[in-house]
Amino acid sequence: MTARNKGNKNTLKTYAAVGLGGALGAGLRYVIGMGALQTLGPLFPWATLAVNVIGSGLIAWLATQARQHPQGHVSRWHHFWLAGFCGGFTTFSLFSLEALLLWQRNQAVLALLYVLLSVSGWLIAAYIGQRLSASKT
Amino acid sequence: MLTVTGLIGVMFGGAAGAMLRLWVGNVVSRRAGTRFPWGTLTVNLSAAFLLGAAFGAWQAFTVSLDGLGWGIAAVGLLGGYSTVSSLSLQTLTLWQQTRRQASAGYLLTSVAGGIALVALGYVTGSATSDMFMQVLG
Repeated sequence: MTARNKGNKNTLKTYAAVGLGGALGAGLRYVIGMGALQTLGPLFPWATLAVNVIGSGLIAWLATQARQHPQGHVSRWHHFWLAGFCGGFTTFSLFSLEALLLWQRNQAVLALLYVLLSVSGWLIAAYIGQRLSASKT
Repeated sequence: MLTVTGLIGVMFGGAAGAMLRLWVGNVVSRRAGTRFPWGTLTVNLSAAFLLGAAFGAWQAFTVSLDGLGWGIAAVGLLGGYSTVSSLSLQTLTLWQQTRRQASAGYLLTSVAGGIALVALGYVTGSATSDMFMQVLG
Protein backbone atom coordinates (compact mmCIF):
# COMPACT_ATOMS: atom_id res chain seq x y z
CA MET A 1 0.00 0.00 0.00
CA THR A 2 1.36 3.39 -0.93
CA ALA A 3 1.70 6.14 1.66
CA ARG A 4 -1.00 8.16 -0.05
CA ASN A 5 -3.49 5.30 -0.01
CA LYS A 6 -2.79 4.67 3.63
CA GLY A 7 -3.32 8.36 4.37
CA ASN A 8 -6.67 8.35 2.57
CA LYS A 9 -7.76 5.24 4.42
CA ASN A 10 -6.90 6.83 7.76
CA THR A 11 -8.80 9.97 6.78
CA LEU A 12 -11.83 7.89 5.87
CA LYS A 13 -11.68 6.05 9.21
CA THR A 14 -11.40 9.33 11.07
CA TYR A 15 -14.46 10.77 9.33
CA ALA A 16 -16.42 7.56 9.95
CA ALA A 17 -15.51 7.60 13.66
CA VAL A 18 -16.41 11.29 14.03
CA GLY A 19 -19.67 10.82 12.12
CA LEU A 20 -20.71 7.83 14.24
CA GLY A 21 -19.81 9.59 17.49
CA GLY A 22 -21.58 12.74 16.31
CA ALA A 23 -24.75 10.79 15.51
CA LEU A 24 -24.80 9.15 18.95
CA GLY A 25 -23.96 12.39 20.77
CA ALA A 26 -26.59 14.44 18.93
CA GLY A 27 -29.18 11.68 19.37
CA LEU A 28 -28.57 11.52 23.12
CA ARG A 29 -28.78 15.33 23.31
CA TYR A 30 -32.14 15.20 21.52
CA VAL A 31 -33.50 12.57 23.92
CA ILE A 32 -32.35 14.58 26.96
CA GLY A 33 -33.81 17.74 25.41
CA MET A 34 -37.22 16.15 24.87
CA GLY A 35 -37.20 14.63 28.35
CA ALA A 36 -36.36 17.98 29.98
CA LEU A 37 -39.03 19.76 27.93
CA GLN A 38 -41.68 17.36 29.21
CA THR A 39 -40.61 17.33 32.85
CA LEU A 40 -39.24 20.85 33.40
CA GLY A 41 -41.07 22.88 30.74
CA PRO A 42 -39.86 25.39 28.15
CA LEU A 43 -39.11 28.38 30.44
CA PHE A 44 -35.39 27.74 30.85
CA PRO A 45 -33.02 25.73 28.58
CA TRP A 46 -32.03 23.22 31.26
CA ALA A 47 -31.23 20.47 28.78
CA THR A 48 -28.66 22.43 26.76
CA LEU A 49 -27.10 23.74 29.98
CA ALA A 50 -26.80 20.17 31.29
CA VAL A 51 -25.43 18.55 28.11
CA ASN A 52 -22.84 21.29 27.59
CA VAL A 53 -21.61 21.07 31.21
CA ILE A 54 -21.52 17.24 31.14
CA GLY A 55 -19.84 17.21 27.70
CA SER A 56 -17.18 19.68 28.87
CA GLY A 57 -16.39 17.53 31.89
CA LEU A 58 -16.33 14.36 29.78
CA ILE A 59 -14.02 15.71 27.08
CA ALA A 60 -11.48 16.93 29.65
CA TRP A 61 -11.62 13.55 31.41
CA LEU A 62 -11.18 11.68 28.12
CA ALA A 63 -8.39 13.93 26.81
CA THR A 64 -6.44 13.44 30.04
CA GLN A 65 -6.97 9.67 29.91
CA ALA A 66 -5.75 9.60 26.29
CA ARG A 67 -2.61 11.53 27.21
CA GLN A 68 -1.83 9.28 30.17
CA HIS A 69 -2.45 6.02 28.32
CA PRO A 70 -1.27 6.51 24.71
CA GLN A 71 -2.00 2.84 23.90
CA GLY A 72 -5.32 2.72 25.74
CA HIS A 73 -8.89 2.47 24.45
CA VAL A 74 -9.63 6.19 24.73
CA SER A 75 -6.46 7.09 22.88
CA ARG A 76 -7.16 4.71 20.00
CA TRP A 77 -10.78 5.89 19.81
CA HIS A 78 -10.18 9.56 20.48
CA HIS A 79 -11.73 10.75 17.18
CA PHE A 80 -14.92 8.87 18.04
CA TRP A 81 -15.06 10.10 21.65
CA LEU A 82 -13.73 13.67 21.47
CA ALA A 83 -14.60 15.24 18.11
CA GLY A 84 -17.44 12.76 17.55
CA PHE A 85 -19.40 12.03 20.69
CA CYS A 86 -18.52 15.04 22.88
CA GLY A 87 -18.64 17.40 19.90
CA GLY A 88 -22.04 16.17 18.73
CA PHE A 89 -23.45 15.93 22.27
CA THR A 90 -22.61 19.53 23.15
CA THR A 91 -23.86 22.44 21.09
CA PHE A 92 -22.75 26.03 20.86
CA SER A 93 -25.22 27.18 18.21
CA LEU A 94 -28.33 26.16 20.21
CA PHE A 95 -26.82 27.76 23.33
CA SER A 96 -26.44 31.07 21.43
CA LEU A 97 -29.97 30.88 20.00
CA GLU A 98 -31.52 30.13 23.41
CA ALA A 99 -29.69 33.08 24.96
CA LEU A 100 -31.02 35.34 22.19
CA LEU A 101 -34.57 34.01 22.56
CA LEU A 102 -34.59 34.57 26.33
CA TRP A 103 -33.41 38.12 25.65
CA GLN A 104 -36.11 38.67 23.00
CA ARG A 105 -38.83 37.51 25.38
CA ASN A 106 -37.88 40.40 27.69
CA GLN A 107 -36.17 38.05 30.08
CA ALA A 108 -32.82 39.79 30.02
CA VAL A 109 -31.99 38.66 33.56
CA LEU A 110 -32.66 35.01 32.68
CA ALA A 111 -30.63 35.39 29.46
CA LEU A 112 -27.68 36.80 31.37
CA LEU A 113 -28.04 34.13 34.04
CA TYR A 114 -28.12 31.42 31.35
CA VAL A 115 -24.92 32.70 29.73
CA LEU A 116 -23.06 33.13 33.03
CA LEU A 117 -24.19 29.76 34.44
CA SER A 118 -23.27 28.06 31.16
CA VAL A 119 -19.81 29.52 30.68
CA SER A 120 -18.75 29.08 34.31
CA GLY A 121 -20.30 25.60 34.37
CA TRP A 122 -18.39 24.51 31.23
CA LEU A 123 -15.06 25.63 32.62
CA ILE A 124 -15.57 24.23 36.12
CA ALA A 125 -16.71 20.91 34.65
CA ALA A 126 -13.67 20.75 32.33
CA TYR A 127 -11.36 21.44 35.27
CA ILE A 128 -13.04 18.79 37.45
CA GLY A 129 -12.97 16.27 34.59
CA GLN A 130 -9.27 16.82 34.13
CA ARG A 131 -8.55 16.52 37.89
CA LEU A 132 -10.62 13.34 38.27
CA SER A 133 -8.85 11.79 35.30
CA ALA A 134 -5.39 12.78 36.49
CA SER A 135 -5.90 11.35 39.99
CA LYS A 136 -6.91 7.91 38.64
CA THR A 137 -3.56 6.74 37.35
CA MET B 1 -42.58 14.94 21.35
CA LEU B 2 -39.86 12.32 21.21
CA THR B 3 -40.32 10.18 18.12
CA VAL B 4 -38.16 7.51 16.50
CA THR B 5 -38.32 9.38 13.18
CA GLY B 6 -37.20 12.57 14.94
CA LEU B 7 -34.35 10.73 16.65
CA ILE B 8 -33.13 9.20 13.39
CA GLY B 9 -33.31 12.60 11.69
CA VAL B 10 -31.29 14.24 14.46
CA MET B 11 -28.70 11.45 14.33
CA PHE B 12 -28.24 11.80 10.56
CA GLY B 13 -27.93 15.57 10.94
CA GLY B 14 -25.52 15.11 13.85
CA ALA B 15 -23.29 12.75 11.87
CA ALA B 16 -23.10 15.17 8.93
CA GLY B 17 -22.54 18.15 11.25
CA ALA B 18 -19.72 16.47 13.16
CA MET B 19 -17.94 15.45 9.93
CA LEU B 20 -18.39 18.95 8.53
CA ARG B 21 -16.85 20.35 11.74
CA LEU B 22 -13.84 18.05 11.29
CA TRP B 23 -13.41 19.16 7.69
CA VAL B 24 -13.78 22.92 8.35
CA GLY B 25 -11.51 22.64 11.41
CA ASN B 26 -8.82 20.90 9.32
CA VAL B 27 -9.03 23.42 6.48
CA VAL B 28 -8.81 26.40 8.84
CA SER B 29 -6.01 25.04 11.01
CA ARG B 30 -3.98 24.10 7.91
CA ARG B 31 -4.02 27.79 6.93
CA ALA B 32 -4.01 29.52 10.31
CA GLY B 33 -1.90 27.02 12.31
CA THR B 34 -2.72 25.15 15.49
CA ARG B 35 -1.29 27.52 18.09
CA PHE B 36 -4.71 29.11 18.52
CA PRO B 37 -8.05 27.25 18.07
CA TRP B 38 -9.11 29.17 14.95
CA GLY B 39 -10.84 26.06 13.59
CA THR B 40 -13.32 25.70 16.47
CA LEU B 41 -13.84 29.48 16.56
CA THR B 42 -14.72 29.52 12.84
CA VAL B 43 -17.01 26.53 13.25
CA ASN B 44 -18.88 27.94 16.25
CA LEU B 45 -19.30 31.46 14.89
CA SER B 46 -20.50 30.23 11.49
CA ALA B 47 -22.83 27.74 13.22
CA ALA B 48 -24.35 30.52 15.33
CA PHE B 49 -25.00 32.68 12.24
CA LEU B 50 -26.51 29.81 10.26
CA LEU B 51 -28.74 28.67 13.13
CA GLY B 52 -29.99 32.25 13.62
CA ALA B 53 -30.74 32.47 9.88
CA ALA B 54 -32.52 29.11 9.93
CA PHE B 55 -34.61 30.16 12.92
CA GLY B 56 -35.56 33.44 11.19
CA ALA B 57 -36.59 31.56 8.06
CA TRP B 58 -38.53 28.91 9.96
CA GLN B 59 -40.41 31.65 11.84
CA ALA B 60 -41.11 33.70 8.68
CA PHE B 61 -42.58 30.68 6.93
CA THR B 62 -44.31 29.66 10.20
CA VAL B 63 -42.93 26.15 10.04
CA SER B 64 -43.18 24.17 13.28
CA LEU B 65 -40.03 23.62 15.34
CA ASP B 66 -41.40 20.20 16.32
CA GLY B 67 -41.13 18.98 12.73
CA LEU B 68 -38.57 16.67 11.20
CA GLY B 69 -36.98 19.52 9.19
CA TRP B 70 -35.89 21.48 12.25
CA GLY B 71 -34.72 18.26 13.90
CA ILE B 72 -32.43 17.38 10.99
CA ALA B 73 -31.18 20.88 10.09
CA ALA B 74 -31.02 22.65 13.45
CA VAL B 75 -30.86 20.14 16.31
CA GLY B 76 -28.85 17.62 14.30
CA LEU B 77 -26.77 19.33 11.61
CA LEU B 78 -26.08 22.80 13.07
CA GLY B 79 -26.21 21.52 16.67
CA GLY B 80 -23.69 18.77 15.92
CA TYR B 81 -21.56 21.06 13.75
CA SER B 82 -20.98 23.46 16.66
CA THR B 83 -19.32 22.33 19.88
CA VAL B 84 -18.96 23.46 23.46
CA SER B 85 -16.77 20.60 24.68
CA SER B 86 -13.80 21.57 22.47
CA LEU B 87 -14.27 25.23 23.36
CA SER B 88 -14.11 24.42 27.10
CA LEU B 89 -11.11 22.12 26.76
CA GLN B 90 -9.19 24.58 24.56
CA THR B 91 -9.93 27.50 26.93
CA LEU B 92 -8.71 25.43 29.89
CA THR B 93 -5.61 24.25 28.01
CA LEU B 94 -4.62 27.76 26.89
CA TRP B 95 -5.06 29.00 30.48
CA GLN B 96 -2.89 26.19 31.85
CA GLN B 97 -0.22 26.97 29.24
CA THR B 98 -0.21 30.40 30.97
CA ARG B 99 -1.51 31.98 27.76
CA ARG B 100 -4.10 33.79 29.82
CA GLN B 101 -4.89 36.51 27.30
CA ALA B 102 -5.37 34.02 24.47
CA SER B 103 -7.58 31.89 26.74
CA ALA B 104 -9.81 34.76 27.91
CA GLY B 105 -9.89 36.30 24.43
CA TYR B 106 -10.91 32.98 22.88
CA LEU B 107 -13.75 32.42 25.35
CA LEU B 108 -15.02 35.99 25.18
CA THR B 109 -14.87 36.16 21.37
CA SER B 110 -16.71 32.84 21.13
CA VAL B 111 -19.53 33.73 23.53
CA ALA B 112 -20.03 37.41 22.62
CA GLY B 113 -19.46 36.72 18.92
CA GLY B 114 -21.80 33.72 18.97
CA ILE B 115 -24.69 35.67 20.46
CA ALA B 116 -24.08 38.66 18.15
CA LEU B 117 -23.93 36.39 15.09
CA VAL B 118 -27.01 34.38 16.02
CA ALA B 119 -28.87 37.73 16.22
CA LEU B 120 -27.41 38.90 12.90
CA GLY B 121 -28.30 35.56 11.33
CA TYR B 122 -31.84 35.84 12.66
CA VAL B 123 -32.31 39.33 11.14
CA THR B 124 -30.78 38.17 7.85
CA GLY B 125 -32.88 34.99 7.72
CA SER B 126 -36.12 36.84 8.53
CA ALA B 127 -35.48 39.62 6.01
CA THR B 128 -34.48 37.22 3.23
CA SER B 129 -37.55 35.05 3.85
CA ASP B 130 -39.87 38.10 3.86
CA MET B 131 -38.40 39.27 0.55
CA PHE B 132 -38.77 35.80 -0.87
CA MET B 133 -42.42 35.64 0.14
CA GLN B 134 -43.14 39.05 -1.39
CA VAL B 135 -41.58 37.98 -4.69
CA LEU B 136 -43.61 34.79 -4.63
CA GLY B 137 -46.68 36.89 -3.75
